[in-house]
Amino acid sequence: MSTILSGAITFALACYALASILVVSRLVRGPRAQDRVFALDLLYLHAMLVVMVLGVRHRSDYYFEIALLIALFGFVSSAAMAKFILRGEVIE
Amino acid sequence: MSMPLVWIELIVAGLLVVSGLLVLVAAIGFVRLQDFFLRMHPPALAYTLGSWCVAIAAALYFSYLEGRLALHPLLIPVVLAITVPVTTVLLARVSLFRQRAADADRSVATTVQPRTVTDADRHSG
Repeated sequence: MSTILSGAITFALACYALASILVVSRLVRGPRAQDRVFALDLLYLHAMLVVMVLGVRHRSDYYFEIALLIALFGFVSSAAMAKFILRGEVIE
Repeated sequence: MSMPLVWIELIVAGLLVVSGLLVLVAAIGFVRLQDFFLRMHPPALAYTLGSWCVAIAAALYFSYLEGRLALHPLLIPVVLAITVPVTTVLLARVSLFRQRAADADRSVATTVQPRTVTDADRHSG
């Protein structure tokens, strides 16, 4: 692996880490519940992107399945929390 | 397969850098904007372009490494394109509903005089 690619991977991971810190600050500070749910959804996205970039770095296919699972869990949890703060129950 | 590895790595590196910058811009917008409805917009950058760049980079890299067409990383942004609008619309409805409820409470509190508890209140639970 060339130094250009490994440098780019390190840069992308650093960007994701910084973005996650910013989103966590919104998660802690968020004035209302929907801000916090949206921040959690974004954190799922960041985790998924980190896993995909690590898959490129380690040249392994298994990271792809992990990223897909994280995407699906993120959707289910965000939809469930949105339904919960909308109605007070998840399944009506 | 005629391209040398250096060019493939250069393209992959460029896509990864672009994705990192887009995700960072989306997070800055998400933190700095004032209203929830304004804050819903910047993450679209990360959800669409950010994930597409990483997926295309991974597809290119694995296609070159394995010597065959490896398109499975592209499945992830497709899944995101299906699921993210659902959660976004749900959260927008949540925010509208709660804002409307808060406005209704405030107008009731300002217009209606404080009243004593009646029988109807006791039985409505």
